[in-house]
Amino acid sequence: MAADGTLVAGAPAAAGSGRANTMQRFARRRSTIAFLMALPLIALIGGLVVYPAGYAMWLSTLNRRMTANIGLGNFEILLDSDTFWMVIMQSCIFAVGAVIAKALIGFWLAHMLHHIPAKGQRKWRGMLLIPWVIPPALSTLGWWWMFDPSYSSINWLLNIFAVPAVPWLGEPWWARFSVILVNVWYGSPFFMIMYLAALKSVPDQLYEAAAIDGATGWQGLRYVTLPMMQNIISITVLFSLIVTFANYDIVRVLTNGGPRDLTQVFASYAFQVGILSGNLPRGAAVSLFMFPVLAVFAYFILRGINRRNKEQM
Amino acid sequence: MAQVHLRKVVKEYEGGVQAVKGIDLDIADHEFVVLVGPSGCGKSTTLRMIAGLEEISGGEIDIGGTVVNDVPPRDRDIAMVFQNYALYPHMTVYDNMAFGLTLRKFDKGEIKRRVENAAKILDIGMLLDRKPKALSGGQRQRVAMGRAIVRDPKVFLFDEPLSNLDAKLRVQMRTEIKKVHQTVRTTTVYVTHDQVEAMTLADRVVVMNHGKIEQVGPPQELYHHPKTRFVAGFIGSPSMNFIPARLEEVGSGLVVRMTDRAVLPVPAARTARYAPHVGRELLFGIRPEHLTEPHPNEHRPSIAHFEAAPEVVEPMGMETLLHFWVEGHEICARFDPAVEVAPGKLAAMAVDMDQMHLIDPKTDLVL
Repeated sequence: MAADGTLVAGAPAAAGSGRANTMQRFARRRSTIAFLMALPLIALIGGLVVYPAGYAMWLSTLNRRMTANIGLGNFEILLDSDTFWMVIMQSCIFAVGAVIAKALIGFWLAHMLHHIPAKGQRKWRGMLLIPWVIPPALSTLGWWWMFDPSYSSINWLLNIFAVPAVPWLGEPWWARFSVILVNVWYGSPFFMIMYLAALKSVPDQLYEAAAIDGATGWQGLRYVTLPMMQNIISITVLFSLIVTFANYDIVRVLTNGGPRDLTQVFASYAFQVGILSGNLPRGAAVSLFMFPVLAVFAYFILRGINRRNKEQM
Repeated sequence: MAQVHLRKVVKEYEGGVQAVKGIDLDIADHEFVVLVGPSGCGKSTTLRMIAGLEEISGGEIDIGGTVVNDVPPRDRDIAMVFQNYALYPHMTVYDNMAFGLTLRKFDKGEIKRRVENAAKILDIGMLLDRKPKALSGGQRQRVAMGRAIVRDPKVFLFDEPLSNLDAKLRVQMRTEIKKVHQTVRTTTVYVTHDQVEAMTLADRVVVMNHGKIEQVGPPQELYHHPKTRFVAGFIGSPSMNFIPARLEEVGSGLVVRMTDRAVLPVPAARTARYAPHVGRELLFGIRPEHLTEPHPNEHRPSIAHFEAAPEVVEPMGMETLLHFWVEGHEICARFDPAVEVAPGKLAAMAVDMDQMHLIDPKTDLVL
């Protein structure tokens, strides 16, 4: 048949252009395009996250002079050190304490803001966000002046009310309290803005239905607001835990880890050991300890979110 | 169960805008009252004031013999079904229905008995373990009603409960609501903008407009004896035709003259009622269903005949709607679908003058 003849005649020529067609088709596929467009970001993450992380892992297996591989030697030394256990404890007190306080204050602020009429709300929202937008190293410097042993403005205020001066940064528990306080001051607006968005997404009619069902204000909060916000609360807490655990600047500027390394957290201690004391491999080992701790937190929180999402589907 | 009384109830928003302008309404025990009107007429605001979700700016609301102006919603012993159902998305159907009883510290056995009973009435027994997300619109609506029923409150309040459903489901749920009311007999206040819903459900319909009550009455009374032009036009679908006309005396009788060619005789029974208005420019009102094809066996003297050429013909299946213009006013007639009519061709029409209305255009009152 003529049609068959044409096909056969055309076949050898098609073989060459066929390969070009396949390439064209490959280039046109949505997944290929998506990959190409995401490539700059992948390269950026590779260069700024994956490579340093891999390098830190390799670094942590070297000796101090970085001349020999000592395997898990750095980790063994760290786990035998009382100071390091103190750092673990302080990191946990710092992160958990600060996140709980930020979450509670953020929730309270969000609630207050939510009940301000829309007009004035924007003004207050802007003002309350200020701590979060000031570079923490600068604002911490401000706090450092306020905590200063000789010229503390906070102590000056306390003196007016006949309260004795507090050694804010000199006494271990006060110093721990101070770093948490500054972190809370800096981080609460983030919680506030996240919770405010979550609060706004709860339909008013649910509160009205609850009010008619017999709920008091507290019961409305307990049975409507909190369950409706649970996922946002979990995600915000997880995110903040990660960031707070890895916090460096506040401790570095405010106490420099003191007194007697009692306020060191993972990041500041890693800096202390790795850069200031010149033991890069051990500093890398300190920073790697954050991974397992955060992985455990992340696992439980994300599992909860997944379960709730499935339940509500 | 209880009576509800509204006395001179006012709702005024900031800036002096009055949404409800001093309404009086008495709702009897077991009664099903529907508040109907166009959007912005104050019907939902009135309902929300009864529920306690809006503060009352003036007047008094009395539920079951207690003035509830300052009583919070939870202590008013009312239950409400919202337009978008307002089911708690994180709770199962059972928990949604049980929530009000749990808060009121009911015994667990009693809660179970009531929820199961309501589920049986609404036929949602198999949905009790599901979350609202897994339910269809109609099922959510039932759960919302179930949540109201289990409480066994003094008053049910419904705020446009069917407007989120498709047309078919709406008809089905309408019947369902009527059935439930016939079973539980709880005093009900129901808000809708749909006059068909109002007519089919209500013992009495309250027509509202611009924050005021236009008329209160049983559906048939509102249909046959509207008191104002607004009610006449609002109740009935397609709505009533209004044509400017002059009332004239011819011999011993009266006629309404729309144009020189369109002059219709007023039935003798109405002569005395309309006599004081002779010579005035009025509005002649007639419903499309009273403007039909002539029936050969119908010999009532009140049937007037004329001819008109429809510009638009709309076959609806059970009826055919004809639209024609008189003096620049669109008129709708309702024909039997068996009658053959074509746009532009003259059709013989019959108007049942016993069903006519005359409206004073100055006061908008039906004469």
